[in-house]
Amino acid sequence: MRGWRALGLLGGGAILLLFPLFLEQYKLYLASLTLVYLILAIGLNLTLGYAGQISLAHAGFMSFGSYAVAILGPLGVPFEGGIIVGTAIAFLWGLVLGFPALKVKHHYLAMVTLGFNIIVFLVLRNWESLTGGSFGISGIGRPHWGPLRFLSDRAYYYYILGWATLVVASAYWILHSRWGRAFRAIRENEMRAEVVGVSLRNYKLMAFAIGSAYAGIGGALFAPLLTYIDPGAFTLDRSIQFLMMVVMGGLGRFEGPFIGAVVVTLLPELLRASEGFYLIIFSLAVILMMLFMPKGLVAAWDWMVCRLTRRTVSPAHPPPPPEPAAVLEPE
Amino acid sequence: MTDVLQLFVAGVSIGAIYAMAAIGFVLLWQTSNTINFAQGEFVVLPAFLMVLFWTVFRLPFAAALLATLVVSTLLLGLLVKAVLVERLLKMGVLPLVIATIGLSMLIRYSLQQFWTPLALPFPALFSRAPIRVGEVIFTREELMNVLFAALVIGALQLAIRRTKLGWAMQAVAQNRNLAAVLGINVSRLVGLTFMLNAALTAVAAILVAPVYLVKYDIGIGIGLKAFYAAIIGGFNQIRGALLGGLLVGLVETYSAAYISNQFRDAFALIMLIGVLLLKPEGLWGIKEEWM
Repeated sequence: MRGWRALGLLGGGAILLLFPLFLEQYKLYLASLTLVYLILAIGLNLTLGYAGQISLAHAGFMSFGSYAVAILGPLGVPFEGGIIVGTAIAFLWGLVLGFPALKVKHHYLAMVTLGFNIIVFLVLRNWESLTGGSFGISGIGRPHWGPLRFLSDRAYYYYILGWATLVVASAYWILHSRWGRAFRAIRENEMRAEVVGVSLRNYKLMAFAIGSAYAGIGGALFAPLLTYIDPGAFTLDRSIQFLMMVVMGGLGRFEGPFIGAVVVTLLPELLRASEGFYLIIFSLAVILMMLFMPKGLVAAWDWMVCRLTRRTVSPAHPPPPPEPAAVLEPE
Repeated sequence: MTDVLQLFVAGVSIGAIYAMAAIGFVLLWQTSNTINFAQGEFVVLPAFLMVLFWTVFRLPFAAALLATLVVSTLLLGLLVKAVLVERLLKMGVLPLVIATIGLSMLIRYSLQQFWTPLALPFPALFSRAPIRVGEVIFTREELMNVLFAALVIGALQLAIRRTKLGWAMQAVAQNRNLAAVLGINVSRLVGLTFMLNAALTAVAAILVAPVYLVKYDIGIGIGLKAFYAAIIGGFNQIRGALLGGLLVGLVETYSAAYISNQFRDAFALIMLIGVLLLKPEGLWGIKEEWM
C-alpha cells in the first residue's frame, strides 16, 4: 500500500507541476483558485471535520489574509510578511472566537461565527480609510524574491502550489500527531475525551484557531490572484460555500478537501450553460447528498480506490479496510 | 422622551414578528433537534404565496390567507418533515444543519429564477395613518402587528400548557426516547411541530410583508434575527424566544435611530455575543449540562 501511495503522490505532484504549462490564462486562473480553495478547505476540515466545530466565519478569517497583503504591500512590506501578519490576525481572532466555543455547542458556535462574518463584512465595508470601503483595493502586487518575480499567472500558480504543499504537509503532520488523535476524540464524544485526559479547552481552541489561520493563508494568496478585492468577496455566502466544500468532499477525511475544492470550483464552470440555475442545481445536490451520501464524495472515491487496488494487489495482501468514515456527531 | 416611546412601539412591533419566527425555531429544536437554517425562507415563501393568491389570482383576502396557510403547512411542514427530517433525524445535528442550508438556498434561488428577482409590493393590511396618544405617534399597523403576534403566541402557549398534544410535545422536548417508550408517537409529533412552525412563519410573513416588501432574499435577515432572538432569550423556552424577539426588535430600532444606521445589524449581534459569553443558556432559558 505504501508503494501505491508514493506512486500516487509522485504522479499527482508531476501533474500539478507540468499541466499548467499547457493551460491558457483562464484555466490557469481556475487551477490557482482551486489550490487556494484547497488551503481554505483543509483549514475548515480541521475545525469541523476533525474537531467537530462548525465555523461559518471562514470567509471572514480569509479576509484578514487578503486585506493584510493588500494593505501592507504598498507600504513596502514583503509579501510573505503580509501573509504572516494576516495569518496571525486570523489565528488570534480564531482564539477569541473559539473561546465561547468552549462553553457551548454546535448551534451556538454556528451562530457566533455567522455573526462574526457579518460584523467583519460590515467593518470592511465601512472602514473606508483602511479598506477602501465598498470600492475595495485594486492593483494588489504579487510576490517577488529579489530578481525572482512571480508576476505572470503561471509563475504565481507555482507560488501558490508551493504554499499549498506546505499547508497539506503541515495538516498531515498535525493530524498524525497526538493533536489529530485528540481532535478526533473530541469529535466522537467530548465527555469521554475529557474523562480519558484530553484537555478539551486547549485542543478545541487550537483546532479552531489553526483552522482559521489556514483561512488567513488562503486569503493572502487569494488577493493577488485577482489583484483586486472588495468586501463582497468575503460574505457569509462564501463561508457557506466553504462549508459545502468540506461537507461535499467528506468531513474528517484527509482526501475530503481535495475533492471538495475541485468540485466546487469546477462545477460552476461545467454548469455555466445553465446560468442562473447553477445555484438551484447546487443546493439540490447538497440536499440529495445529505440524504443519500452523507459521508461525502470521498465515499465514491473509496469505492473506486478499493476496486482499483483489488484488481492489482495479490490476494496475499488484501487492501486494508477503508478508514472508519467520519461519524457525524453521534448524540 | 416622546422619541424614545415612539421607537419603543416600532421596536416592539417588528420584534413581535421576529418573536413568532423565533418561537417556531425553538419548537423545532426542542422536538426534533433541527436547527432550521431555512427559517428565513420559511417566512419568505408564504409571503410569495400570499402575493400569488391575493394579487395574482385575486382571491378575497380571507380565502387567500387560508390558502397560504394550507399550502405552506403542507409544503414547509409535512413535505420537509417527510423528505428531509425523517431520514436525517437519526444522524445527529450536523447533516440536518447542512440540509436546511441547502433548502434555504433552494427556496431563495428558485424564487429568484422562476418568479422574480425584483421586490414585489404588498398591500398594507392596516392603515398607516398616525394615531396620537398624548405626544406619542404610532400607526394602526404597528399596533395590530403586536396584537396579532400576542394573540397567536398566547394561543400557542395555552395549547402547549393545556392540551394533551401540548403535553406530549413537552415530553418529547424533555426526552425523546423516554417519550417514545411512554407511547407517544414521536415521528407524528415532529411532523406536527413542523406544521405548527410553518403556520407561525406564514402568519409572520403576512405581517412582515407590508413592512419589508416581498423579495427573494429578505429571508436572510429575518432568519438571522429569529436565530439571534432564540439564542438571546434562551433556546429551550418559548418565553425566551418571545423575550429575545422583542429585544432584538428594540435594539435594532434604537441603535438605527441613535447610533448608526449602517451598523444596525451589528448591535443585535454584539448583544448576542455578550449573552453567549456571560449567560450561554440565554437570558430566560434553563441551564443544560452537556446538551
